[in-house]
Formats: sequence, C-alpha cells, structure tokens
Amino acid sequence: MNVRVAGVERIVKRLSGLRRVRRAGGSEFAIETLIRVLGFSTIGFVLLIFLFLLREGIPVFFETTLDNLFGQQWYPTFDLLGTLPILLGSMLVTVTAIAIALPLGVLTAVFIREVAPEWTRDVLKPIIEVLAGIPSVVLGFFGMTVLAPFLRESLGIPTGLTAFTGALLLAYMALPTIISVAEDALDAVPKGYRDAALAMGATEWQTIWRVVLPAARSGVVTAVMLGMGRAIGETMAVMMVTGNAARMPLSLDSLFRPIRTMTATIAAEMGEVAQGSVHYHALFGVGIILFVLTFGINLMAASAILKKRRRGGLR
Amino acid sequence: MNRHLSQRIGFGFTALVTLVVVAPILLVVGIIVVRGIGTVNWEFLTAMPRDGMKAGGIFPAIVGTLILTVGTALVAIPIGIGGAIYLSEYARDNWLTRAIRLAIVNLAGIPSVVYGLFGVALFVIFLQFGTSIVAGSLTLALMTLPIVISTAEEALRVVPVEFRTVSASLGGTTWQGVRRVVLPQALPGIITGVILGLLRAAGETAPILFTVAAFYLPRLPSSPLDQTMALPYHLYVISTQVPGMPIGVQYGTALVLLALVLSMNIVATIIRSYFRRRRQW
Repeated sequence: MNVRVAGVERIVKRLSGLRRVRRAGGSEFAIETLIRVLGFSTIGFVLLIFLFLLREGIPVFFETTLDNLFGQQWYPTFDLLGTLPILLGSMLVTVTAIAIALPLGVLTAVFIREVAPEWTRDVLKPIIEVLAGIPSVVLGFFGMTVLAPFLRESLGIPTGLTAFTGALLLAYMALPTIISVAEDALDAVPKGYRDAALAMGATEWQTIWRVVLPAARSGVVTAVMLGMGRAIGETMAVMMVTGNAARMPLSLDSLFRPIRTMTATIAAEMGEVAQGSVHYHALFGVGIILFVLTFGINLMAASAILKKRRRGGLR
Repeated sequence: MNRHLSQRIGFGFTALVTLVVVAPILLVVGIIVVRGIGTVNWEFLTAMPRDGMKAGGIFPAIVGTLILTVGTALVAIPIGIGGAIYLSEYARDNWLTRAIRLAIVNLAGIPSVVYGLFGVALFVIFLQFGTSIVAGSLTLALMTLPIVISTAEEALRVVPVEFRTVSASLGGTTWQGVRRVVLPQALPGIITGVILGLLRAAGETAPILFTVAAFYLPRLPSSPLDQTMALPYHLYVISTQVPGMPIGVQYGTALVLLALVLSMNIVATIIRSYFRRRRQW
C-alpha cells in the first residue's frame, strides 16, 4: 500500500467515523461495542489464566520449604517436590531438539526457496503442512511403537524410551515452524544483495552460502525462539517416549536414558492428585514456571519480528 | 570449474537434508495407514467398545471428538472473528493494540497442558462445571482462539483498502462496510483459519486430560455436563494405560484420528486455493 492511499484511508476512516456518530442506529453501536469488547478479551484471558495459575500454585510456597521446591528430588508421595530434575529434563530435551531441528530446518528452507524447481516446491510444502497437522499423541504413539524399539536396537541401549527419542520427535514437531520462519527470512533478503554477488562472478551457491544466509541471520534467531517455545510446551509425544524417570540429567549419557519433563509431570500426575493437597499446588507451581518460560521466549520472538517489520517499513 | 563442483555438492546437500526431513513424515503416515487399515471397518467405526476396549469399536470416542470440536467452534468462532474484525478494521496503532497483539502471541505460546491446568482450576472447580463437555470445550476454545484470530485477521487484511474506501464513499458506515463488503470477501480465508484452528483442537490431548475425557464410557454423552470419550485421549489410554491391548486396535485408532485431522486439513487447503484462484483482486 503506498503512502497516498494510506492517507486517503485515514481520512475516509475519520469521515465515516463522523457519519457514524450522526446517523448510525443503536444496533450498530451495540455491535461495534461488542466487537471492541471481543478485541480486548484476549488480554483478559491471559490475565485470567495467569491469575488462576497463581491462585492454585502460590500456596505451595507456604506449605513446604524453598529448599524442597528447588531440590533435586521429585517424589511427591514422600512430599519431595524438587523441580530441578524436571526443569533440567525439559531443558535437555528442548535444547537437543533445537540442535537437531535448526540445521535441518534452515537447509530445507534453502532448498525450497533457492534450489528446488517449482514443481518440487509444490510437492514439498503440502507434505510439511501434513507434519504440522499430525496430532502429538499420534506422533507419540509412533515414537513408542516404532522409533523407540528401533533406537534401542540400533544404539544398543537398555531402553528406547530416552531423552534423545523425545528430542527427535520434538525436532520434527518444531520443523514446520522453523522452516516457515527461515523461508520468510530468506525472502526478506534484498534482491540487490544477490544481484551484487552474482555480478561479482559468484556462483549461485556462493551467493546463497556467503551472502543470503548471513543476511537472513536475524530470522534464524526468531526461528530458534519459536521452535523452543513449541518444544518446551509439548506434552503428549514427550510423555509417551521419554520414559518419565525424574532423575537429574547430569551424567554424559543422560541423553540416552529415561528422563522426565515438566509438561509430562503435570499430565501424568494431575489425574491422581487430591484437590487442594501440597502436590496439587506444586503441579500448578510447575504450570507457573512453564507459563513464565514460554511467555519470555515468545516475547523475545515477537519483539524480533516486530523490530524487523518496523525496519523493513512494513505496517 | 572447482566453484561449480562445490555448487553442485552444496545443492545436493540441501536436497539430501530435505529428504531427511520429508521421508520420516511419509514413513509415519505410511506405517500408520498400512498397520491400521486392517482394523478399520464399519463395525470399528460404529460399535461400542467391548472387553475392556480390546474389541468392538471406537464409536463413542469419535462422537466425543466431534462434539468437543463443535463445542469449541461455538465459543472460538464468534470471539475469534470478532477479535479479528476489531484488530483489522477498528484498532488504532497504539499501546492498547500492541497489548492485544502481545496477549495473542502469549496465548498461542501457552503449553497445551497448562491450558488443561487452567481449565481444571476455572471451569471444573471454580465454576463447578465438573469434568464435562462444557469444561473441555471452553478449555479447547481458549487454546484455539489465537489461531482463529490471527488467521482471520490476515484474511481481513488482504482485502484491498479500496473496498473500504468505496463503501465509505457511497455513504456506508464503518460497520456497514465491514459487514457487507469486507467480511464476504474475506470469508474463505476466515473459514480456512477456523478449520485449521479446530483441527488442532480435535487432535489435542493434554487440555482434555482432566477437563472432560473419560477413560472408558461405552455410551454416548447425554448432556453437556457429561464426560465423554475422545479419540486422542483414547489413543493415549489404549497405547499406554491398558496392558495386553491388541496392536491392531491401537493402529486403527491412530489411523482414524490421523484421517480425521488430515482430511480437515485438506478441506481447508482446497477452500483456500479454490477461492484464491477465483477472486478478482
């Protein structure tokens, strides 16, 4: 949209606003008020969610010691509610997943945008959309019945239900997001960069590798953030394939051992817990940690996107 | 010469990586179809489960998922489209609008299991809906809301500004312009967004774990305050909680869920491309 049209639009908006005051009937006023309320409602929902998590989670701080809450043992039956092992479990799985998904996602985006002929692109995009649509419980089921036995045999480990199995599934679940963000980042690189590099005699590959990819770097940060936000909150697939042992993942081989994440802890224990017990409040406490973590991660991703938009003069 | 060789290697490498990304997707779908198709027949789709879910069908789980999806739609569609209309047609660029956008980003990022916790705290306990279809639908609707809002807003925004200016120049008020001109133009895009949001809700397990899902309930729910079985939860239960479950039943259930979600996905894609080709602007 060019500047003049935007100006016209603003004038028309103002004029039609005036007319509305003069002529619009009561029902129209009611509808517009309703739309305004619906527009603002999302803020209300976020506050409501946070409020109710706090309401059920805060009591745990008065019911047990901080030492216990940040301890290394999560055995709720013995009132041991140390969140450290499950926090580290989530971190280990998430970071590994991103380490796998990022190179795969960026190179796939390069292939789709820069290398592949058009017909290949038209085949690839729907397949990747299918991946985004597969319910996480179905992926978890596949992980349990196919991937875990396969990893157990090929790696020679005692059980296939490990942090690594979860990370692999999470990596594929994060891929559609990472690929589409990386594609947008490649798209946003000014055409002049490419032209200049090609004019200097660089091959297409040199242009992509040394000019386009470095210029799209900031988009990669966004991709990592969004992928992490997705991965850390994922529940069912992770719960079904990581073995759910709440141990501190500190040894070198923890990646290939069972582990437990925060999301899996909530999902597995919430069903059996007595309402109002210390354990119940502790699970909401874990929910608060998850809420704050994902809020922070998405905030960073969103501000990176907004900054780019502003710099690029969009909107 | 060397440079061109390295170009060929580079291109080949990205193609290889793409294959590593795409092949497992086809493998997952392929394995589930091949191993599940033998179980899926008319009885499996329309009969009640028997023998502790080891035999019979998954009818109540299918119906439960459909009911939950409709319940989600009833709540998420009006709020979502209303919010999208506000953001694209009424909102000014000020701190309040930025706060709304931030809230949407945040809602989209909240883990599904945390929605489940919230659903328990507010709908099940505080509002005393109990473990019920109402509580589950409301929880799922909240989770679906950010998807519906952002896709619907996008659909409204691509309608060229001239449509609005012409409407205004003919004496239409802002709302008349939205209602009679912009909304009809954006409708296919909005429908696509709504379907994409709903199919996510249909496939989710974590938010319904403690708000609605019944472990084993071989009848159909009779009121909105009833519990119900649901496909994703059923798959979770029969693959992890019930020992000695025939593998065919597990794969059959996975296949039905996958087919349901992917067919909705395909419908959404078809609507989008059909109307994109037909539209004049």
